[in-house]
Amino acid sequence: MSQAARSRAPAEAGAPALRMKGITKTFGDFVALDEVDFDLRNGEIHALLGENGAGKSTLMNVVAGLYAPDHGDIEVQGTPVRISGPQDARLLGIGMVHQHYKLVGGFTALENIMLFNPRGSFRQSRTAVRTAAADAADKLGFRVDLDARMDRLSVPEQQRVEIMKILIAGASIIILDEPTAVLTDAEAQKFFAAMRGLAEIGNSVVLVTHRLSEALSYADRITVMRGGRRIRTAHPEEVDADTLTELIVGTRIVEKPAPSEHVGAPVLTVSGLELTDAGGVVRLRGVTLDLHAGEIYCLAGIGGNGQTELVEALTGLVPPDAGRIDLAGHGKVTGLPPDRLRRLGLACIPSDRQGQALAGDLTVAENFAIGGVLAGRFGGALAVRRKPMAEAAAAAVRDFEVMGVRSARQKAGLLSGGNAQKLVIAREFSGAPSVIVAHSPSRGLDVRAAAAVHGHLRAARDRKAAVLLISEDLDEVLLLADRIGVMRSGRIVAEFPGGTDRRTIGRAMVGHD
Amino acid sequence: MDFLFNWLANIPPFAVPYALAALGLMICEKSGVLNLGAEGFLLVGALAGVGAILSAGASPAAALGIAMLATAALSLLFAVMVIALRVNQVISGLAIVFLAQGLTSLLGRTQGWTSRSFSGMPRIEIPWLSDLPWVGRILFSQDPVFYLTLVLIVFAAWALRNTHVGMRLRSVGENPEAADAAGIPVALYRFGAVVLGAALMGLAGGYLTVVISNIWVDNITGGRGWIVIALVIFARWQPLAALAGAVLFGGIEAVIPRLAATGFWVPQHFLLMLPYLLTLGVMVWSSLARRGRGGGPAALGDPFLREERR
Ligand SMILES: Nc1ncnc2c1ncn2[C@@H]1O[C@H](COP(=O)(O)OP(=O)(O)O)[C@@H](O)[C@H]1O
Ligand SMILES: [Mg+2]
Repeated sequence: MSQAARSRAPAEAGAPALRMKGITKTFGDFVALDEVDFDLRNGEIHALLGENGAGKSTLMNVVAGLYAPDHGDIEVQGTPVRISGPQDARLLGIGMVHQHYKLVGGFTALENIMLFNPRGSFRQSRTAVRTAAADAADKLGFRVDLDARMDRLSVPEQQRVEIMKILIAGASIIILDEPTAVLTDAEAQKFFAAMRGLAEIGNSVVLVTHRLSEALSYADRITVMRGGRRIRTAHPEEVDADTLTELIVGTRIVEKPAPSEHVGAPVLTVSGLELTDAGGVVRLRGVTLDLHAGEIYCLAGIGGNGQTELVEALTGLVPPDAGRIDLAGHGKVTGLPPDRLRRLGLACIPSDRQGQALAGDLTVAENFAIGGVLAGRFGGALAVRRKPMAEAAAAAVRDFEVMGVRSARQKAGLLSGGNAQKLVIAREFSGAPSVIVAHSPSRGLDVRAAAAVHGHLRAARDRKAAVLLISEDLDEVLLLADRIGVMRSGRIVAEFPGGTDRRTIGRAMVGHD
Repeated sequence: MDFLFNWLANIPPFAVPYALAALGLMICEKSGVLNLGAEGFLLVGALAGVGAILSAGASPAAALGIAMLATAALSLLFAVMVIALRVNQVISGLAIVFLAQGLTSLLGRTQGWTSRSFSGMPRIEIPWLSDLPWVGRILFSQDPVFYLTLVLIVFAAWALRNTHVGMRLRSVGENPEAADAAGIPVALYRFGAVVLGAALMGLAGGYLTVVISNIWVDNITGGRGWIVIALVIFARWQPLAALAGAVLFGGIEAVIPRLAATGFWVPQHFLLMLPYLLTLGVMVWSSLARRGRGGGPAALGDPFLREERR
């Protein structure tokens, strides 16, 4: 198979290596790719830019044969093709290094490469692959211990194994999904030099990233995606960082913002929070902020910059390594467990709706009433009084317009995203909390459901709660924020008043100031 | 001295079912499919062997073959449930046990197989080697399945590390996403592993009746399937270690009747309890020693579907 790949006619420089037309891909009723066109020329490095969730990985997974598109056409070196599995992609000379590496942790580097590149019998394969790997490593200037277990190698080393793996398989269309997210600047520079080397000998490289500077300085062309659509393809000379930011985050007209009428005293004060995760990665580097009664504080930023960890620290799921959290009237609350914090008036809408916020196998009533059960509102330790519980749940379902509930005994897992979220909000707001932490509460919701969620957040603010809204969606931030913080690399790097223009915020988000 | 010798010479037939069943279970689990149905597969194999002899007049060897086929057939049901339909693997495994218990007991009675004895499989005395003192009787005058078991275990240990198929099988159980991206047909490998593994468990079950007991009674496997599940954990999914574990459990089982015969007084029920106590001990020890499922396939119990988010 790799033989077949190598015997393909030499690619003509500048001719299209890959052409995608009208690619559409849906997951359930969510449209991840909407009629996307994309083309890649031989010998070029093509950057694919876009926010998290724009559809970059999905588009590239279609090329790699991992996702079957609903419809659309693909041509490779001018020939129409059907890619129905990773095997097909490999035969066409397509190799992808995934955002989450496809490596077997318990195998050695050599075994991982062999798994991908069988060459004759097992013995032959072992020697052939070892030689080929040594060659590839030489050419790329990599040094990798082929006999080390994969899970003992550092992340950049794992990445090198992935690249060698696809090059040995004869890939000439090389797709790299956010390769530099895991590299230091120095490593990234070497990495780009190696990729340029590959492009110069006629290969083509897709570089998926959300770092503008990389796209501008290393790519021959740039394509921007947003919301599952291709927005624009341009040469780096034709665009600058500002234009790209705008293309990436969009300039949709903002619905009417409704700023707070009265902002009160600070309710929650956070200072110097630091957190290193179990894998030794520093996630929070001194987060300081305060939340006032009657305001919505929006934390903007690209996902994965410490937002999840901040929420976990604030809600007591993970105690921070350093720093303190104060709740007005209760003093220091750092490190208190979630149930204590809840009783002090802190509510949370986690980003993982079905995983963290709801127990899908339990009924709507049980999901709604769990807080009340713990507080003893529906009976004591020995028995739960189901009737008042069901009645309270039914009332909340009506008030918060949770649709698709046939009975309070229906499983919560069957609710659609928007309705599941409304149920979570109904529960979280039922105790009239003084602080609300909401993490991407409208992610994946349609416009109507998102508007309903926004309405509930505003209502909470108007009854003097302090709301911390963490969002990657700038439209949402601009719509709701009374104050805006921008989070990047585990810090709050900038704060703006509500109504600041999106370009300024966008710039702070991508770190191009 | 006599006691020791007698005991050692009797370990192999007791160890064989453990070793075969552990190997079968291990092959299944190497592919990432958690199989709690072992007890059920053993039972079906045990009954099928008896049925083949009593109703079809099959030779012992043929009866063992039929035991393998019967379990393989039952495993198709399990495979479809956990691989194609992606039913919870724990529940599916337990369902297989209950199904097999009911089915074997019913068939045994309605077909008139229960409590009827028959003649089993003769031993093979390997010429020359069996005349060696000590080892001759312990190792070289056993039944053919004993030798087959040794060959299978050594072959499996080698093949898992040194063949494409072995490596792919392991990759499917370690990281099905990676295996899939490498173009390996994940579902096919899992299907094959389930069926092959079940056939070996069927051989183990058939061995219990066709070679050892020469009779069928309800639940004749006596929980060996559950012990095997512990054994595989204890052996960290390594065939050679499983062989050692099988000898350990076989040794305990072999000592029970012999201890009683020497007149050395130990409460009978305590002796019978020993294998299960040891199982408990092994489980406690292995969870203390390496917390969690050390050595096990990383994706054990996880269904796989290409486009599904996890
Ligand atoms: N296998 C999947 N199942 C369901 N939804 C998916 C799947 N893969 C991607 N999505 C959704 O498609 C959208 C685009 O995702 P992705 O392509 O990963 O974005 P990115 O541009 O960050 O790489 C996201 O909303 C994501 O949740
Ligand atoms: Mg992505």
